[in-house]
Amino acid sequence: MRNIPDSVLRLSIVVVAIAVSFVTIRFFVLPASLTDMDAHKARATEHEAAREIRFAGSAICADCHVEEPGKIVQGYHSLLSCETCHGPAQAHVEDLDIKPTAPRRREFCPVCHTYDRSRPTGFPQINPVAHNPLEPCIQCHDPHDPKPPETPRECSACHAEIARTKAISHHVGLECTTCHVAPDEHRVTPRTNRATKPAGRQFCGTCHGEDSENKGALKVDLATHGGRYQCWQCHYPHLPEES
Amino acid sequence: MLRRKLLRKLVSLIPLAGTFQAISKLGTAQGIGPDSEHTLPTYGMGIQIDKCIGCARCLEACKTENNVPPEPIFVRTWVERYVIKTNNEVDVTLLGAEADAAGEVAPRNALRSFFVPKLCNQCANPPCVQVCPVEATFITDDGVVLVDGDRCLGCGYCIQACPYGARYMHPVTRTADKCTFCYHRIRKGLLPACVEVCPTQARVFGDLDSKASPLNRLKRMKKIHVLKPSLNTEPKVIYADLDGEVR
Repeated sequence: MRNIPDSVLRLSIVVVAIAVSFVTIRFFVLPASLTDMDAHKARATEHEAAREIRFAGSAICADCHVEEPGKIVQGYHSLLSCETCHGPAQAHVEDLDIKPTAPRRREFCPVCHTYDRSRPTGFPQINPVAHNPLEPCIQCHDPHDPKPPETPRECSACHAEIARTKAISHHVGLECTTCHVAPDEHRVTPRTNRATKPAGRQFCGTCHGEDSENKGALKVDLATHGGRYQCWQCHYPHLPEES
Repeated sequence: MLRRKLLRKLVSLIPLAGTFQAISKLGTAQGIGPDSEHTLPTYGMGIQIDKCIGCARCLEACKTENNVPPEPIFVRTWVERYVIKTNNEVDVTLLGAEADAAGEVAPRNALRSFFVPKLCNQCANPPCVQVCPVEATFITDDGVVLVDGDRCLGCGYCIQACPYGARYMHPVTRTADKCTFCYHRIRKGLLPACVEVCPTQARVFGDLDSKASPLNRLKRMKKIHVLKPSLNTEPKVIYADLDGEVR
């Protein structure tokens, strides 16, 4: 001990103190979630998983409500969850005095059912300005089993865009039934009972073929015109072009 | 000569340091690491473009469920309206934003138009996780990319790095926020809020590994695509009937 200079001894005390405090802080003071990635992940994951839910999920609704869930699965709204229209209901599950919303106003249904060109064809859409103005939707349509209040007579009730397009075309004089045959069930269950479409180019040829007796229609030679294409691959039948 | 001796001694210490590190790793792995015998699901989402009606129920439900601020620029999930015009121009508007509400929607010279719901793709190879300087964002063992709000500095690197624009800076917490597949819901066996409220099943959710999963049928029956496949991010959000113009 005598041989070690005083200055070195003092310095080494400082070094040891720093080393001890580093080891203490790094391994004993800092929580594992700060030093170990796995522990940090586990902690943050559980923290995220423990957050409260707002939407209860429609499975739990059927525990108390019997009539509506039983009815909705039969109709066109079968894919809808209760909370799609009634809003988040976890608060209602925990405290029955808190009621979820029941949208009865005319503004709500057009969120999905207003006509919009970007919407997929076949999705039922209306023009809220023209469709029974000011009447609340639920006056005619039961939201848990939505269907038209009476069986539609005109094709345009559902196929409005086609009807409007045809109205400004050369085919304005043709009835829908000239080209399509719709079984009666199509009015009630349109997706399972489809209307027919013309099978081949000979059908258009009954008016547009050169040997047709229809004098008003433009004539083409079916044998040479269009090759192997069907007529509607080039000409849209609801809006055929000028020449 | 003395310097050479010292260097030689130091070099001989290098493998020793490696051994120390390996031993310390071994200790932690035994203590806290994930249970390898328990097989976890790999959560994924399927989006059917042909079924989306652009009703925006999903993004409203998401905002309610996850306390996302009401302004349309803060979103965990959003819906884009694509309009491909006759001159092949492509218009993309954000559903719910002013430009979309203003009326110039799907004009008459549109060739085709459709909605594209978007959200975090929960990449298996996520650029956002790579760039985080403090490891605040990470992939869980069931494949969801999460952000630890307590650790996030709010530097915004991840927001820049995400090629899908799926992250935003939360104006209240000043930390990065993003879709978690509603991690707090799916761990309870519930569906993510957007999937729960979707009226047309345009969004389906499930385990990508499971055979009894709606995603399995989707992958079998439809033509499937992911967004920006060239970036090799390996998204877990898959799209059916996706148009080639969608970026």
